[in-house]
Amino acid sequence: MSEIFGLPLPVIAGQTMLGLVNGCFYAVLSLGLALIFGLLRIVNFAHGAFFMAGAFGAWMLMRFLGIGYWWSLLLVPVLVGLVGALFERTMLSRLRGLDPIYGLLLTFGLVLVLEGGFRLLFGSSGKPYPVPDALKGTLQLGFMALPIYRGWVIVAALAVCAASWWLIERTPLGAQLRAATEKDVLTQSFGINVPRLLTLTYGAGIALAAFTGVLAAPILHVNPSMGSDLVIVVFAIVVIGGMGSMFGSIVTALAIGIIEGWTKVFYSEASSTIIFVLMALVLLVRPRGLFGREGTS
Amino acid sequence: MNVWHWRTWAAPGNTPMAEALLTIDDLRAWYGPSQALHGIRLDVHRGEIVSLLGRNGAGKSTLLKSVMGIVPRRSGSIRLAGRELIDLAPHQIGLAGIAFCPDDRGIYATLTVRENLLLPPVVAEGGLSEVELLALFPNLAARARSAGSQLSGGEQQMLAIARILRTGARVLLLDEPTEGLAPVIVDRIGELVLQLKQRGYTIVLVEQNLHFAAELADRHYLVETGRVVDQYDRTALAANLAQVAARLGV
Repeated sequence: MSEIFGLPLPVIAGQTMLGLVNGCFYAVLSLGLALIFGLLRIVNFAHGAFFMAGAFGAWMLMRFLGIGYWWSLLLVPVLVGLVGALFERTMLSRLRGLDPIYGLLLTFGLVLVLEGGFRLLFGSSGKPYPVPDALKGTLQLGFMALPIYRGWVIVAALAVCAASWWLIERTPLGAQLRAATEKDVLTQSFGINVPRLLTLTYGAGIALAAFTGVLAAPILHVNPSMGSDLVIVVFAIVVIGGMGSMFGSIVTALAIGIIEGWTKVFYSEASSTIIFVLMALVLLVRPRGLFGREGTS
Repeated sequence: MNVWHWRTWAAPGNTPMAEALLTIDDLRAWYGPSQALHGIRLDVHRGEIVSLLGRNGAGKSTLLKSVMGIVPRRSGSIRLAGRELIDLAPHQIGLAGIAFCPDDRGIYATLTVRENLLLPPVVAEGGLSEVELLALFPNLAARARSAGSQLSGGEQQMLAIARILRTGARVLLLDEPTEGLAPVIVDRIGELVLQLKQRGYTIVLVEQNLHFAAELADRHYLVETGRVVDQYDRTALAANLAQVAARLGV
């Protein structure tokens, strides 16, 4: 059996795959975070909580209404996205024009409310969520065994990233989003309803987080703090990739996932700190982040 | 009330019977605690070119921005064909049929030239089609896929004007369209503005270039420290050109 640095190839490949799966979660989350920061100038601390709400949403739909994975994948992002849009419209929008710290505080408060609420209702222990029947089992690739569900996660997450990229870079709606991100006042004077775009963007970013939550439900234990565990890393990724750069965030997220996976193999003690070491290094060399554009940081 | 105003109101050679399309009355605007406009009163008739003359910081740009609703605070009355706009949100003013071309041209660097051109939504029928615009501005056709930031200053100005012609808005507010451009391009913009007048557009022009404004505009308002202090029609300005130039410090 072939080896790399004294480790068997299947171990490396397995960790690469696990890292890639995590990287995919990071990618969709950081995509939404970058989108929201770019347009609303808000550091959305609640992103992880909405991710958690997405996973819980899938669990609740199955537990109480018997609605399965595939419908959840469709319904939960819509429902949680609507909650997000409502939150933006009724609360977050009032903070527009104030110091960004207020937005951070409000969204952080929302994290406490959401996590506390779910803990109160369902307790702290992880809830199991089954892998859907169609995606059970493993695929023998020769050099490794790929659990089908994890392969699906990678495909679905990359497809969502690609679709988001296309929507933003190639459609008239995306052009409006980019325009409002660059010059909001002028964009408004053309007759474009920028406040509505902000609500839409926030809702869409939250829907992406909830979608990731549903994707993650069969892999991670569904529990109230699952978002907080992840979101810190996602923030580091957005900083490394460059605030407001969507492409940068996606690429950085995948790379960080894989680097994290490899670190687990070679020096597992560092696997949870490597990201922050990287972040510090990037900030030293390129304060705007690897892909940060002029004027967006 | 300003005495100057009433005296010059009766200036001969005007078209007093023309319908006032845009009527501004007692318009005040503030940036934070400092007041930038102190009760502006003016009107613009359908199909007319009106210029706002004044020194830097007199409030000309603020006046245009106040009409568009993109200053922090304003009060007074702005009526477009009788419809009061002062309480509308900025995007509703755009939809009401007034289009604004800012002095920094406002070209989006993150959008392609074509995306810049197609960005403003169509608010009424009668705007120029993309095909007509590209015929009018052949440079833009050649650079449709370039990023907005890659255009020259003259091309950016053309794009800034072109994109508001697509929307069907009939009132155009142009903030210093000739600023920082080469004489040959200034001439081109002058021709363009006259073409637009012939097509029936109503144009409010902020200009530092007195001769450019004198050639194009039907009437002129002189703005000082946030007030309209004088107005001239074409012949009155020609007769008083030296005096006005002195007041503008040019």
